[in-house]
Amino acid sequence: MRGFFISRLIQLIVTMFIVSVVVFFILRLSGDPILVVAPDFFSEEQIEQMRRFWGFDRPLGEQYLTFVTKAITGNFGTSYLAKRPAMELVFERLGYSWMLAAASAAIGLTIAVPLGILSALKRNSLLDLVITALSSLGTAMPSFWLGLMLIIIFSVHLGLLPVFGALEAKSIILPSATLGVGMAARLSRMTRSAMLEVLSQDYVRTANSKGLQHKTVILRHALRNALIPIVTVFGLQLGWLLGGSVVVESVFSWPGLGRLMIDSISVRDNTVVQAGLLFFALSFILINYAIDVIYVILDPRIKFQ
Amino acid sequence: MTMAPQTEEQAKDIAIAGMPARRSPPLQLLAILMKSPVGMAGAVIVTAVVLIAIFGPVISPHDPLNRNIRSRFKPPGFEDTSGKVYSLGNDQLGRDILSRIIAGSRVSVLVGVISVLISGTIGVIYGLISGFVGGILDSVLMRIVDGLLSIPFIILVIAISGVVGAGLSTLILILGFTGWITYARVIRGEVLKVREMEYVIAAYALGQSRFKVMFLHILPNVVHSAIVLAAVQVGVTILAESSLSFLGLGVKPPTVTWGLMLSDGRQYINSAWWMTLYPGIAITITVLGVVFLGDWLRDFLDPNVRGRA
Repeated sequence: MRGFFISRLIQLIVTMFIVSVVVFFILRLSGDPILVVAPDFFSEEQIEQMRRFWGFDRPLGEQYLTFVTKAITGNFGTSYLAKRPAMELVFERLGYSWMLAAASAAIGLTIAVPLGILSALKRNSLLDLVITALSSLGTAMPSFWLGLMLIIIFSVHLGLLPVFGALEAKSIILPSATLGVGMAARLSRMTRSAMLEVLSQDYVRTANSKGLQHKTVILRHALRNALIPIVTVFGLQLGWLLGGSVVVESVFSWPGLGRLMIDSISVRDNTVVQAGLLFFALSFILINYAIDVIYVILDPRIKFQ
Repeated sequence: MTMAPQTEEQAKDIAIAGMPARRSPPLQLLAILMKSPVGMAGAVIVTAVVLIAIFGPVISPHDPLNRNIRSRFKPPGFEDTSGKVYSLGNDQLGRDILSRIIAGSRVSVLVGVISVLISGTIGVIYGLISGFVGGILDSVLMRIVDGLLSIPFIILVIAISGVVGAGLSTLILILGFTGWITYARVIRGEVLKVREMEYVIAAYALGQSRFKVMFLHILPNVVHSAIVLAAVQVGVTILAESSLSFLGLGVKPPTVTWGLMLSDGRQYINSAWWMTLYPGIAITITVLGVVFLGDWLRDFLDPNVRGRA
């Protein structure tokens, strides 16, 4: 078991190294990062001075090393705009993002798992057809459009829920419902096929022929085994959830990390963009790391490797 | 996940697919397609969107760029003094929403097709080399893919287009040069399987070069996975384009795109719901068509399904 954690830790470090290279070079894609932020009226000399101040006059490899060594200690540099450490800005928003992601994931799972099971049990029935059709529809819909439509219905026409910000507890309902529905659409399909696969297994047939109650067979024998692929797919779809949250946070002015990134991108506040990107990647990697552990707990057949 | 034939219908399709061709291949394909309502629906939607994109200027009821301040914010079904009907209403500058949706289909089709061609080509070659060469190169290439995959796709694209700048061709390139990551790992996995097949070993025995084996014997046998993935990616790419344009990081006006229309709609969400409703329906139907067609292609091309019949 210790071997498992150590090998995973090494994998984590390698992945983060590659992410850091990507994040570092993305901001060099525009050519000279100083010209992007320097005001038009700056003289050649002033730009040169600025370049030296931010360390952009050093060789690229050295710049990367400085970036990484600082990033490890949590220092991503100062925001051009807010004149505060980028890390501080990110931390302020992280809580909101996690809150939204957790609420959306909870909504997604609550809808998807029962519907997926029902769909598998009543395979090829009208109900199955309707559930499958709805999940295709939910997958094809742009999440931000669903968010806008929910605003039109619940805020503009019914006047029930707030549209912008995170000032009251009710504010989280619309953004999390928006992302939750998208998540549910993606998960219910997988739940259905995982459940179908399990239902055809010998141990389910055995449990049925032992004369166990149908409910017991489904919940104790089938669902427990179907949970493993569901958890895996959940981990994969988290990437969609994090990505979708960036756009949906913008629609609802939810003060999370995604909105911070969009705002920073539009004003070219690159240090914040870098810090934000790294934190998105880190959250994604860590959650999948946690899922690997849950995986082993759910299925004793898989040994820590 | 195994792809067993789920219905008799499918089993029949598979039997047909395995039979020697009596009709010309396109007709045969159409006959198989007709058997699947979902596949057929997908094909009809996709064909319709492509035709609309091509013949847009001919079928468009009005000029999508024509402003008319007197008929701004007119609701769906509005008829002006000269008797012209604006069936889906007008936007904040009095431009016809229906005509703009028709014009916007071009961007979606262009972005969907070209980006996916670019990303598919890169991804297939990357996966092919990684799986075929193996060893240290394979480990290195796959670790790079792991790293890139841990940044959610849309966030990566947002960051790059934020830095590089917006515009239709830039956006197509950005989506093309980031989307390949999805293919790389799948194709590599397929290559690992195919590499050990007897016909590959036979090709070596006949003295063919590694290069020839890779492109003539392995590539044709993994390309079906790439086609299935490509169908999925077209949908993902169209959604990504609309998100980026919506956020102001993608295509810029005066080019008409569905994402930009939604961004306009958001400004006037309190009064003009039709500005938001219809472009979103256009995106949803288009992506739904692509998803349906992709599902059908997967069942049709998956060797597991065909092999079992």
